[in-house]
Amino acid sequence: MRDAYPREELMMSGHLACQGCGGASAMRHVLKAMGPDTIVVQPACCWTIISGQFPYSALKVPILHTAFETSGAALAGVRAALDMKGDTTTQVMAFAGDGGTFDIGLQSLSGAAERNEDVMYFCYDNEAYMNTGVQRSGATPDKAWTTTTPASAPKTGPKKNMIQILAGHKIPYAATANVAFPEDLIAKVRKARDIRGTKFIHILSPCPPGWKISSEQSIEIARLATYTKVFPIYEVFRGEEYHINIEPRDLPVFEYLKLQGRFRHLSQEDVDEIQKRVDYEWRILLAKTMQERFD
Amino acid sequence: MKKVIMGNHAASWAVMLSRVQVISAYPITPQTQIVEELSEMCGDGRLAAKFLKVESEHSAMASVIAASATGVRAFTATSANGLALMHELLHWAAGARLPVVMVNVNRAMAPGWNIWADQSDSLSQRDTGWIQIYAEDNQEVLDSVLMAYRLAEIVRLPVMVCYDAFFLSHTYEPVDIPSPDMVDRYLPPYQPEIFLDPQAPHSFFGLVMPDVYMEMRYKMQQAMERVPAVAAQAADEFAAIFGRRYDMVEAIECDDAETVLVTSSTTTSPARVLIKQLRAEGKKIGVLKLRFFRPFPTDEVRRALKGKKRVVVVDRNISFGKGGIWADELRGALAGRPGMPQVYDFVTGLGGRDITPNLLAEIVADAEARKTPDRLLYWKGVNQ
Repeated sequence: MRDAYPREELMMSGHLACQGCGGASAMRHVLKAMGPDTIVVQPACCWTIISGQFPYSALKVPILHTAFETSGAALAGVRAALDMKGDTTTQVMAFAGDGGTFDIGLQSLSGAAERNEDVMYFCYDNEAYMNTGVQRSGATPDKAWTTTTPASAPKTGPKKNMIQILAGHKIPYAATANVAFPEDLIAKVRKARDIRGTKFIHILSPCPPGWKISSEQSIEIARLATYTKVFPIYEVFRGEEYHINIEPRDLPVFEYLKLQGRFRHLSQEDVDEIQKRVDYEWRILLAKTMQERFD
Repeated sequence: MKKVIMGNHAASWAVMLSRVQVISAYPITPQTQIVEELSEMCGDGRLAAKFLKVESEHSAMASVIAASATGVRAFTATSANGLALMHELLHWAAGARLPVVMVNVNRAMAPGWNIWADQSDSLSQRDTGWIQIYAEDNQEVLDSVLMAYRLAEIVRLPVMVCYDAFFLSHTYEPVDIPSPDMVDRYLPPYQPEIFLDPQAPHSFFGLVMPDVYMEMRYKMQQAMERVPAVAAQAADEFAAIFGRRYDMVEAIECDDAETVLVTSSTTTSPARVLIKQLRAEGKKIGVLKLRFFRPFPTDEVRRALKGKKRVVVVDRNISFGKGGIWADELRGALAGRPGMPQVYDFVTGLGGRDITPNLLAEIVADAEARKTPDRLLYWKGVNQ
């Protein structure tokens, strides 16, 4: 019986993350589940900085830093080279932010997923370009403040649904996870490790400065994202078999929004509209868990 | 073994003989047959390599960089807009000091859409840190790819082997294909000192501060400065095994020449024909073929051109607002040195227009009719 939360630490102290950084927790949990026989592909994102400047590294596994938009391609290149060297045991994983996944890196991710490369792709989603100072991305939620969507003209339109995009590629495994639920995340990483083909795990990772929250609220707010159904936790096998992994609670989205400075400008009308959208998306997700399967 | 093959297949054969382990590419005319043939070679087992059929040239270069960093020999090929799309990652491959080899079939940049020969695509990648070699015929295409891996793996810089669209890529010529044994003697297996390895974890190509970045650039320049000596040695070894010799430049009938035509790629072939005719008429004329663009063969050029009366550069490319790129580089190499000739630059043959011996004869006559170059560039063959 393996520990639900492995003791081995592959991410060390001395990293450069902010206090309460969801991205740092996400990496720590993911590496515990991946184990030491892992190569990390690291595109431009907060983790470019967090892992440390030359000649230091906060990780006990090798890191290939790669250009912002290239994670999918770099994963494929490392995997191909390992295969040619006869190494089929070392795992290759990307650890990319939402900008590098939802926006600039979507093409190479789609290419890798379409070819069903035998790789793991983790997106730690803090819902904006945090490393460059909180600019909106395709992952920024509707009506949120960022430095490029100020309160006078906040983001309009819903967050891009990445899991649906990946499910559309019919990859063997796609899942959401949340740093507030590490056992679920670790179980998913372990499950994905044993599946051949492209695995994608989308991890909600709060950013205290970007969400305008205090660092000790990070996990509490992440947990509320799932409990209020703003960020449901589920998995999709082969693009068609849906399972919800964390039961939400009967809480209004206001409980989640009210704690965050990035939503401080919202009117009651805005909150109602967000609630309506969240309720609708939840019903659609429930319907998907009951949809017909191919085989 | 002699075979009559197109330039693109000469490149494929060279990749197979180099025992490349990872290939990644995206289709673009006129490069495509290189990777089509490599797909066959991988498919039927003649080449034990993994071939990634990626969704863009950008991903092609990103994946060969990653494969090379994992410690295997990697290859890609492209042309024109595909090369331009790779631009960011060309810097990445060189800055990462990875011995990636790429073939670029020189094609005009769009718009207007034009698939024919023009060197502006690769020459405009000048400052990316890649070694660039330009081949004149299909034999040289094959041989240059073999030499490219030898060179790249010694100096740890990527190498681009370039040749003209259609004039070579789709043209059949007899090519002596060496035996795998001979190539194995020339090109030992790639065994880098450091690569991505969970047993010895390192962080590759990450964050560096100003205190280190400049030293990294200094070392890249040092590596470039090593190239002439390493290339000479690689040429000696190549000649000893295969009986053919390639230096950074080839001086043809230059010793007593008053006028020297400076050429690259297939432009050299009509120049060879022309100088034979002109020599028969008693004219003292030679050809200097430039094989390397980066590093620029500064010493070789100075040696070959010192004391000449005039140099006539033929540029199938243009840097807008300045002129032909080879001529500009050449002037830089000769500037401020005593006894150097006047340089005439002729831009011609853009977008695949023919450069014939007759056209080159006009260019030489045009230059010789002038006392001194009164302009930075002259156009030849433009319809007014």
